Amino acid sequence: MRRPSIVASLVAGVLCVSAPAYAQADLSGIWQPRFHEDQPERLPGPELGDYLGLPITEGARKWAESWDPSRLTVPEHQCQVHISPYIYRGPMNVRIWEEKDPRTQEIVAIKQYISTYEQTRTIWMDGRPHPSPNTPHTWMGFSTGRWEGDMLTVTTTHIKQGWVRRNGLPQSDRTTMTERFIRTGNVMTHVTVVRDPVYLTEPLVKSQNFVLSLRELPQQNWLWVCLPVVEVADRPSEAQDVPAYFPGENPFLAETRKRRGLPEEALRGGAETMYPEFQQKLRGRR
Amino acid sequence: MTRAYLALGLVALAGLAAAQQQNFDSVQIETVQVRPNIHMLVGAGSNVTVHTGEDGVLVVDTQFAPMSDKILAAVRALSDKPIRFVVNTHMHPDHIGGNERIASAGGTRAGGNVFGDIGNAARNRAEIVAHENVLKRLSFPGTATPAPQGAWPTVTFFGDQRDMLFNGEAVQMFHQPAAHTDGDILVFFRRSDVLSTGDVFVTTTYPYIDVAGGGHVNGIIAALNRIIGIAVPSNVEEGGTLIIPGHGRVTDEWEVVEYRDMVTIIRDRIQTMITRGMTIEQVKAARPTIDYDARFGADSGFWTTTMFVETVYRNLTAKS
Ligand SMILES: [Zn+2]
Repeated sequence: MRRPSIVASLVAGVLCVSAPAYAQADLSGIWQPRFHEDQPERLPGPELGDYLGLPITEGARKWAESWDPSRLTVPEHQCQVHISPYIYRGPMNVRIWEEKDPRTQEIVAIKQYISTYEQTRTIWMDGRPHPSPNTPHTWMGFSTGRWEGDMLTVTTTHIKQGWVRRNGLPQSDRTTMTERFIRTGNVMTHVTVVRDPVYLTEPLVKSQNFVLSLRELPQQNWLWVCLPVVEVADRPSEAQDVPAYFPGENPFLAETRKRRGLPEEALRGGAETMYPEFQQKLRGRR
Repeated sequence: MTRAYLALGLVALAGLAAAQQQNFDSVQIETVQVRPNIHMLVGAGSNVTVHTGEDGVLVVDTQFAPMSDKILAAVRALSDKPIRFVVNTHMHPDHIGGNERIASAGGTRAGGNVFGDIGNAARNRAEIVAHENVLKRLSFPGTATPAPQGAWPTVTFFGDQRDMLFNGEAVQMFHQPAAHTDGDILVFFRRSDVLSTGDVFVTTTYPYIDVAGGGHVNGIIAALNRIIGIAVPSNVEEGGTLIIPGHGRVTDEWEVVEYRDMVTIIRDRIQTMITRGMTIEQVKAARPTIDYDARFGADSGFWTTTMFVETVYRNLTAKS
């Protein structure tokens, strides 16, 4: 008995050494976010009228200025999900695992279950094409992935409309997203590059870090149940009431500027406000 | 006011007619599966819904006439049963163009007292089902939208609703008065949970309001709310009822909600501007659609942003 098993392990060892192409990182496990990056936006939430650092179009700004948060009380909006380019920014747990063809052990897909909104993502690794533009969009979109060394690169299309920032800045359903998942020990870095030909003038790049959980989490931590309820009892009917401000008449937009003492031209965002030169420009004003 | 309406409508119809003259030779049909027994055909003009089963085939809308053979080939790839019914969501040429050819390729069940020449005539064609206003618009002498007699609906209804059971499925047709036209219907496949909306909902442009054809922005909003009323999503507002729009991609309820929000917001803005005494030129200059133009607007073509804003303005200022 002993000898064959030694031979087997030697063979296995040789196979491992001689197959570096398959020594890609394994992202499997339970990951939990750390919030040292962009914390005020990610946990307490962005302030109204703060679009600083976002390469938005004039149309996106107008959309957000007209948006009334009480639109989220409309039943069909109560349970709407943060789309895949946004969902990783909030409090969440994500479980990652691989699906392999049992006959060949080739990887078919990398799956992710995200606790917020109970979302499952499938990142197809088998080279399949993205579907026709005439097929439905979803909150998570349709994703395909490939390894670039130890980095997983994912391309996602067919994403529903959602938020660039959840103070009313829209992201359109024509968005495509490129992601990089990079594992360094028990830390995973996630970088998203969002291109939206409707509401962004330049690609928007964001990153966040996750730490591997060495323990399973309680069942309840994986659930996120939403049932719409009547939140505004005297609403005449949805047909007559889509909460929105008339252009230029949103009374709350000035609050952030006053409280934080930030100039209007910074808060209104735009590609220019992403770059260090913009800080120099503001400094020059003082 | 009426003259302005008519002019707008005629311009738009001229656009549709121009589209009819385009070269369809290179257009291929794409078949999108929506359910095992329901497919959406995409080619030139409207989306086509194909419902298949033991009883035969039911087709909703038929694109432009030159697409007919390609549509028939796509239907044949899904079922070898006879086409029994052609349903029209409304009377525009990009939705009824193939009626004659496609109905002629099908056949109705007929017998009993219907025999001889009458019986053969009945058996040799599928029935064309639509709201009565569609037949009126296509057949009435002097109408702006005439169609050859073979394209006319053969089964019409006057009221709010018509139901039929086909392939073991309740097929319900709901009339939405004065919306895109005055003859719009939603076609609901109740068991399969699929809704074909015609042009009261599209994912491609602002809603086209054919005022000469009896359309009105408030009817569009009512129709969108009806769709939202019928559709039931699965968990967290996704999936559930699937919606086949007049043009564009398959969606679920939430994307109709977003579109309903947009049309309502734009309607409300223009209404407020009217109440404040703004002229049509002032309203256009204020760009009440600016936040949606990059997604749904157009500077050229047969339904521009300007035409949409003007039409909503005229809808809301017209004396009824
Ligand atoms: Zn139409």
